[in-house]
Amino acid sequence: MIPSTFDYEAPTTVEDALTLLASAGDREVKVMAGGQSLLPVLRLRLAAPELVIDLGKIDELRGVSDDGDAVVIGAMTTHDDVVREPLIRQHALLLSATAQTVADPQIRHRGTLGGALAHADPAGDMGAPALALDAQMVIASLGGARRTVPAVEFFADLFSTAVGDGELLVAVRVPKHTGWGAHYEKMNRVAQAWSMVAVAAAVRVDGGTIAEAKVALTNMGVVPLRAHAVEQALVGRPATAESVRVAAASAAEGTSPMSDGNADEEFRRHLATVLTGRAVLAAAGI
Amino acid sequence: MTIIEDSPTTEREFGRARKRKEDARLITGRTKWTDNIQLPGMLHLAMVRSPYASATISAIDTSEAKAASGVVGVWTGPELAGSETGLPCAWPITPDMKAPTHPSIAQGRVAFAGEIVAVVAARSAIDAIDAAEKVIVDYDDTTPVLDMEQALAEGSPLVHPELGTNKNATWIFDSGEAGTGDSADAAIAAARTDPDSIVVQRRYRQQRLIPAFMEPRSTVVDPTGEQITVWSATQVPHFVRIFMALVTGTPESKIRVIAPDVGGGFGGKLQFTPEEVITFLLARAIGKPVKYTESRSESMVSSHHGRDQIQQLTLSAKRDGTVTGLKVELLADMGAYLGLVSPGVPILGAFMFNSIYKFPAYRFECTNVFTNKTWTDAYRGAGRPEATFAIERLMDALASELGREPMELRQQNWITHEEFPFTTVCGLTYDSGNYEAATAKAMELFDYDGLRREQAERRERRDPIQLGIGISTFTEMCGLAPSRVLGSLNYVGGGWENAAIRMLPTGKVEVVTGTSPHGQGHETAWSQIVADRLGVAFEDVEVLHGDTQVSPRGLDSYGSRSLVVGGVAVSLAADKVIEKARVVAAHLLEASPDDLEFAAGNFTVRGTDQSTSLATIAFASFDAHNLPDGIEPGIDAEATFDPPNFSYPHGTHLCATEVDTETGVVTIRTYVCVDDIGTVLNPLIVEGQVHGGLAQGIAQALYEDGVYDDSGTLTAASLATYHIPSASDLPSFTTDRTVTPATSNHLGVKGVGEAGTIASTPAVVNSVVDALAPWGVDDIEMPMTPMRVWKMIQSAIPSSTTGGNA
Repeated sequence: MIPSTFDYEAPTTVEDALTLLASAGDREVKVMAGGQSLLPVLRLRLAAPELVIDLGKIDELRGVSDDGDAVVIGAMTTHDDVVREPLIRQHALLLSATAQTVADPQIRHRGTLGGALAHADPAGDMGAPALALDAQMVIASLGGARRTVPAVEFFADLFSTAVGDGELLVAVRVPKHTGWGAHYEKMNRVAQAWSMVAVAAAVRVDGGTIAEAKVALTNMGVVPLRAHAVEQALVGRPATAESVRVAAASAAEGTSPMSDGNADEEFRRHLATVLTGRAVLAAAGI
Repeated sequence: MTIIEDSPTTEREFGRARKRKEDARLITGRTKWTDNIQLPGMLHLAMVRSPYASATISAIDTSEAKAASGVVGVWTGPELAGSETGLPCAWPITPDMKAPTHPSIAQGRVAFAGEIVAVVAARSAIDAIDAAEKVIVDYDDTTPVLDMEQALAEGSPLVHPELGTNKNATWIFDSGEAGTGDSADAAIAAARTDPDSIVVQRRYRQQRLIPAFMEPRSTVVDPTGEQITVWSATQVPHFVRIFMALVTGTPESKIRVIAPDVGGGFGGKLQFTPEEVITFLLARAIGKPVKYTESRSESMVSSHHGRDQIQQLTLSAKRDGTVTGLKVELLADMGAYLGLVSPGVPILGAFMFNSIYKFPAYRFECTNVFTNKTWTDAYRGAGRPEATFAIERLMDALASELGREPMELRQQNWITHEEFPFTTVCGLTYDSGNYEAATAKAMELFDYDGLRREQAERRERRDPIQLGIGISTFTEMCGLAPSRVLGSLNYVGGGWENAAIRMLPTGKVEVVTGTSPHGQGHETAWSQIVADRLGVAFEDVEVLHGDTQVSPRGLDSYGSRSLVVGGVAVSLAADKVIEKARVVAAHLLEASPDDLEFAAGNFTVRGTDQSTSLATIAFASFDAHNLPDGIEPGIDAEATFDPPNFSYPHGTHLCATEVDTETGVVTIRTYVCVDDIGTVLNPLIVEGQVHGGLAQGIAQALYEDGVYDDSGTLTAASLATYHIPSASDLPSFTTDRTVTPATSNHLGVKGVGEAGTIASTPAVVNSVVDALAPWGVDDIEMPMTPMRVWKMIQSAIPSSTTGGNA
């Protein structure tokens, strides 16, 4: 269908975008990144914003840089770039591995990391790896102000984040996980469909022992969830299938998955344990 | 699959893997899709559709919509009531069939969510859509009827109260009564008391599917001419013309219908739609061109759906495996209304449940039921996938009950190649086939024995990934259809096809076909037939279709009929051209027509080097300066072919699936099919049909589900929730063929458009059930989602780890 009529602005700087946001007043505004979630919503007329601010022409929002102990990824960096970017592959492999599974190639070339995170779809893929890697979300407001919110506080609720009125997510700062193994284990009905459940795992194995482990779950609640019980059960254990199996059994602890036609709560809880085991095994190279 | 590059040779066109000449423009979209048409002053329509499955309309307020920007008018049911008779059903299967009136626009009540209640005409599509949201409709909704069995229960609410029942019709075929076999009831009763016999009963569910063609439906009507011109994304322009005349009272001679390039159909565009009628009525009333193009969401709820049956099956057999009787009791969901051939779709399956097996006794009984859902109608295979599914699942069930190897059991019961032509228990005569040959080839390509060994090993070591092997040895009836047979089934219409060949003065050739391609590749295939027959270059043949002014006689494309009926007509027309040209050639060569040989486009006087080309004759009969006395100028010819029999393609499909018992995920590891579709005109097009057909059949087994919620809302109303597999979800198919030419047409061809869809669904389900045999699983409802598979495993207790076959 054709979306309702809206005004359209395509600013070229973050400050201009923030100015537009600030001057919108009572008008309903949607910020568009790659548009891969927003455009279908507009076309189905599930949303009818009066103003759409397209971030596509803001060059400063694209690209990846090395910031010492972290990799900083511009919010408008596409999934495809996240897949390919050497800095990310080297220091935050989990993000690349996850982005590789997002939808289809066309969507990966349009959709962006920042857009996906700010959309905060519980079945979206990029939240879990960002959470697992303790990413810091850089949020801008008018006048050059920047604040940083850790991923665990960023995802507030269903389709809701810490980005406030008049603010923009401009970058994702990911602490370096150099040398960590990573895997995103995803289950969906068909290749282009949303995840029913998925698990993001990053593991550092040292001398046959799991030295560190970070695990986060997609679609096991209204926001991405860390599987802390699994992580604790893994650390210090030998990197074996048996250790992983035992640890993964607690993957559904503290989760509150929904039920739908593809998976009910019971099945999701079960999948969380199975997929966690597989994700960790693959990440640890076992 | 091997892609063979086109090369400029003089090789025979028949059998050549030509790439399709129409694809460049179809794939790039730089072509004549209906929605691409722009006419001066054209208005656009938007439909207001009911969100309720069952409701009476107490009021419609159109005032705000009428005042909206760009709006020309808003119409509701009462305003259009007198201008149409309601949509037709062309297949009244029984004399006492109950049929509701089917207005294009709701008249005071709605019977499914998606039914049109008002229509807006505006100067732009967006104005029309915006205004449609301003139409305020007051509904008094009532409890919808959603389940077929509950619909038939005493005291059920009625979909159409005026009918007094939710039953459309019951149609019965009994081989004992028809004299084509024995009584199935008697055979089954006898088996129940016979210690040497076994009776197997199963209930299977055919879920509802949505055809989901790629191009949404679109209609443009231009009333500014002596004929009202209708462009529509339809499979059946000839049907649309006739029914538009009958329904709107416009003389047929005042209507021209064009199906320009059409982007898929799968039976979903074998329809005469409310949207076509409404667009026509408004264009006629307003006097300006009008366009309506549906959104994908509208397409999902309002284009007709397919399948949706409950199948109760009873099979009797001797304990040695010989089948003795088959009884089929179906409930078929019609949805809220009857479309063009809705009631007949399950009847197309009636003659196919016995399939390739020598059942001596057979009974088929189908009750069609109304529910408050989108109406159902033809979808790729139409009745035959349901039949093939049932019998192929049932043969596995029998094998399981008897502890027999499922392929060997089939072989014991199928018609052997020496027995053709074979008259079945339904009275059909299968003209040709060789089930042994197709099966042998498939088993070898599949490494059947090797996979069985691996299956046993995985069971032995309790591998979480279990292997299953599924068989489908199918046949189907297609090439619709002998007109007399259609008449005997109360179908309103014939099954012939027409073709004409125009020999242009410059030596080029136009082929006019009554078939209406919507993605099949007729332009390429018909060109190959004519190039071979007339000895002209492939590139010199132009195929014209889909326009009632260009191709006045035709019955369009569906039921795998285009080549076996329409292509044969093209070939016959070419033969007539040659015979007409022969007379002229003989005159010019001063020889007797009987002394002329025709080969490679030239007439040669036998035993001499005297010859003339068909192109020369074409020009000679154009300038007409020197024609024999009494011979009319022109060598154009026309032919109509009414097939003497259906076409019976068959094949053996083998599917190996890996079932992840921890997640319920089913992955197809190997899919082998060996199809016998008779003589092959273009192997590349055949590959395409088989691959696409397999994808759709596999999709029914694993992915697609037209599911409704308790309020009668289609929850699978977008492609985000209706799961169509993509290439990455499917394996690389191994396809091959055996060839036993059809004897019912001189080309020896059989249909291929539906074969893959018909055959593949039971092969996949059989393989998953086979994988889970150690758990005692004997059925999994389709689609076999991970959750369904996993729950089935959870609810079962492994009976052994080294179970036998199936």
